[in-house]
Amino acid sequence: MNRKQFLQSTLAAALVAGGLASGVAFAEGTIKIGVLHSLSGTMAISETALKNTVLMTIDEINAKGGVLGKKLEAVIVDPASNWPLFAEKARQLITQDKVSVVFGCWTSVSRKSVLPVFEELNSLLFYPVQYEGEELSQNVFYTGAAPNQQAIPAVEYLMSKDGGGAKRFVLLGTDYVYPRTTNKILRSFLKSKGVAEADIMEDYTPFGHSDYQTIIAKIKKFAAEGKKTAVISTINGDSNVPFYKELGNQGLKATDVPVVAFSVGEEELRGVDAKPLVGHLAAWNYFMSVKNPQNTAFIKAYQAWAKKNSVPNLDTVVTNDPMEATYVGIYLWKQAVEKAKSVDVDKVRKAMSGQSFKAPSGFVLKMDETNHHLHKPVMIGEIQADGQFDVVWKTKGPIRAQPWSPFIAGNEVKQKL
Amino acid sequence: MPLRLATRVLIGLALVFGLCAGAGAAAIEPALLAQLTSEDAAEKGEAIDAIAAIGDEAALAVLSALRDGMLKVSGTGQMFIAERGKATDAATGAAVDPVPDDAEKVTINNRLRTRIESAIGALRIFSKDPKERLAAVATLTADEAMLPALDQALASETDPAIKSALQQVRAASQLKSSDAAKRLAAIDVLAESLDAKSKNLLLPLMEKSPAGEFAEPDEQVRQAASAAVAAIERRLAVYDYAGRVFTGLSLGSILLLVALGLAITYGLLGVINMAHGEMLMIGAYATYATQTVFRAYFPAAIDWYVVFALPVAFLVAGGIGILLERSVIRWLYGRPLETLLATWGISLFLIQLVRQLFGAQNVEVSNPTWMSGGITVVNLVLPWNRIVIIGFSMTVLLLVWLMLTRTRLGLFVRGVTQNRTMASCVGVPTGRVDMIAFGLGSGIAGLAGCALSQIGNVGPELGQSYIIDSFMVVVLGGVGQLAGTVYAALGLGVASKFLEPYLGAVPTKILILVLIIAFIQKRPQGLFALKGRSVET
Repeated sequence: MNRKQFLQSTLAAALVAGGLASGVAFAEGTIKIGVLHSLSGTMAISETALKNTVLMTIDEINAKGGVLGKKLEAVIVDPASNWPLFAEKARQLITQDKVSVVFGCWTSVSRKSVLPVFEELNSLLFYPVQYEGEELSQNVFYTGAAPNQQAIPAVEYLMSKDGGGAKRFVLLGTDYVYPRTTNKILRSFLKSKGVAEADIMEDYTPFGHSDYQTIIAKIKKFAAEGKKTAVISTINGDSNVPFYKELGNQGLKATDVPVVAFSVGEEELRGVDAKPLVGHLAAWNYFMSVKNPQNTAFIKAYQAWAKKNSVPNLDTVVTNDPMEATYVGIYLWKQAVEKAKSVDVDKVRKAMSGQSFKAPSGFVLKMDETNHHLHKPVMIGEIQADGQFDVVWKTKGPIRAQPWSPFIAGNEVKQKL
Repeated sequence: MPLRLATRVLIGLALVFGLCAGAGAAAIEPALLAQLTSEDAAEKGEAIDAIAAIGDEAALAVLSALRDGMLKVSGTGQMFIAERGKATDAATGAAVDPVPDDAEKVTINNRLRTRIESAIGALRIFSKDPKERLAAVATLTADEAMLPALDQALASETDPAIKSALQQVRAASQLKSSDAAKRLAAIDVLAESLDAKSKNLLLPLMEKSPAGEFAEPDEQVRQAASAAVAAIERRLAVYDYAGRVFTGLSLGSILLLVALGLAITYGLLGVINMAHGEMLMIGAYATYATQTVFRAYFPAAIDWYVVFALPVAFLVAGGIGILLERSVIRWLYGRPLETLLATWGISLFLIQLVRQLFGAQNVEVSNPTWMSGGITVVNLVLPWNRIVIIGFSMTVLLLVWLMLTRTRLGLFVRGVTQNRTMASCVGVPTGRVDMIAFGLGSGIAGLAGCALSQIGNVGPELGQSYIIDSFMVVVLGGVGQLAGTVYAALGLGVASKFLEPYLGAVPTKILILVLIIAFIQKRPQGLFALKGRSVET
């Protein structure tokens, strides 16, 4: 028995003697963490897994002794894919439940809805999803990708030889702020690459849209105009299931017209037969199929958690990019709290800058010193028959986020907080 | 890429001289296989071409495995083909036992996938099976180096369909010929085509470079190409039109299905049933439950679960409908406002009940294999699930119509609708008729829910997105009329689908709503008004 083991066992013995059954000593009280994800409605397909990830990570941290000797305690609310309700629930979390930090939101419209609440009450939100940029708040840490960490590299890939050398683009999205802004950036980017106005088609569908027959027919027609065509999809939520079903049924193959999606990951493909979709693409900063020890541990931990908590369809649970970003975000917050020795918002915010974490993506991700965004690697994956992605292209290392895209006029001066 | 062209010629020649006949023995060089695992896509591509050039069964097996993601490499660099728990060495064809567990898949991208498919196609155009030959021709990419092989295949081909497909590929390959006469001949062949792909090949010929030079130097060839494009477009326009009618009918048949139940409960009984959408949702969940039972107990018959789900959905939704009618709605006949509020409350209650039972998230209802994919009519793909639903809604419509016009129950329902007091006086048990009619309407909504589960998402809020559409159809068609519902549903479906390509999904929905409001203002009784003495009451 070496010294460490001896210390541990004496400590354990002392705790048992002291009447504590858990084996880990916790100080008085808990640190409350708000979880603000839609558990019903059109976004539940994507956001439920994020709530699970927060709970899993909290369990993981608590098992290792919590933060500052205190246990973390999750306060879960369901804003039900209803954007104004997001703001109400956020206010409730901060003022009534007195949470120290909130992990939440998927759609940009929900983030825009809660932003004034966080700024007014000076609280912290960790936002784990790729988004359109054009925003920088003192009160938000963005652990998902900015356009230059996802959308722009994906389009560059489509235009490259390996991506098929696309010359015509269909920009297809759900009708709200994220797809509209992303497509504005992409349109300006494509123009800078010499793509003519006539070679870009933009189309939007409402949330929860389920009839994609006309859109697919339109894409087919647009593709028959003499140049290699690619589709850039910013469809969000459960509309993706009918979209991909229709795509498969209508036989639009990836080798003819590839579709690259920015909001479709392993989780969204769970309910779809992926065999006709082989070769269609998604751009993210993490894929479940990435091979490294951190990822293996992450997947194992989530699967074990899902089993313990009997999550529905637990034999097919997957991990995806926003889940990874959530996981990384919680650990970065923990490190910052430990550095600041306090959960005070201003102190934690200061301690956050420059924090880094070895993420399941296999890279060390660093929180930028100035812009509240993570440095992230970009990966492009092709859908496989089992609903997983094969990485066909990735950056050599993490790249810095540009929340204010240079492709939108007037952004040159807005680079800092 | 000269190497690539050379290998193509080699494939062709190998086939011409029948070298591939005595396959099996020759092994693929391990170095070549190892090149497939290269990080560089270009190197991978060269390896694929080199393997294709070997042209024997072993090469075909390696390429097919690579395409299907079954080619793996173990930690020690051994390459093998894994299939259903068995593994064979890629180089020698010997069995690999045990299967290495540290093996990783050899990945490919779309560009390589196209190349592999074309290479496999080139190896298969001499297959004995005509179906295989036709499929092989479809995967070929146009390339001048393919011409000798194509000519050889054309000479021995007897099947007219495959022959014309081969001629198309041959013409496409000749488009890049340096001889203008050959290009012209190729354009003539392509002009006969019904495939949008041929148009894609011809359009670049007429493109102008920034310097003002045409991609195609010969004026005559350019003119022929533009005439050919116009001819193809004319033919495609017809199919485009047909495609829109089909999607319109498909949307119309869905609207008809969801509105048919309401046409009975609201149209005939006059109950403003806000819980109608939830009957759809219950039908969809009944389908999900049936699927779950089949997965657990009859996995062999999983493809036919939908057939069994239909009666289940009908009985469950109908049963709940009857229960509602007996417990709540029958006390509220003749009080529309109270009915509206009560049924709305019931709808909220049912949504929450389903959330408690099945969870708030969407559940996965899969298409049986016979409902996946579609049939190709020239350049139109008609998905099977849409075709089945069109047929299904027509069947349901026929059954409802027969029931209302040919049975005693139908006679009673019509009698009660037209004059309740008189019907009661002559001995019709009006209470029981109400109950059965309401149950029937709910049951039909359940059937519609079963159909909806095959095309959209199944979640607790499923009904909410259809309730407005259903009321729209019934009100537009004229309350108390089946025929009106049919015309309104199909009309709305086709109209939306003809407007959508021009306006987009969101503005079309708005415009349709505005048009309906304007129409109802002008003609409050709907398309078809019920004539008779009951109207005034």
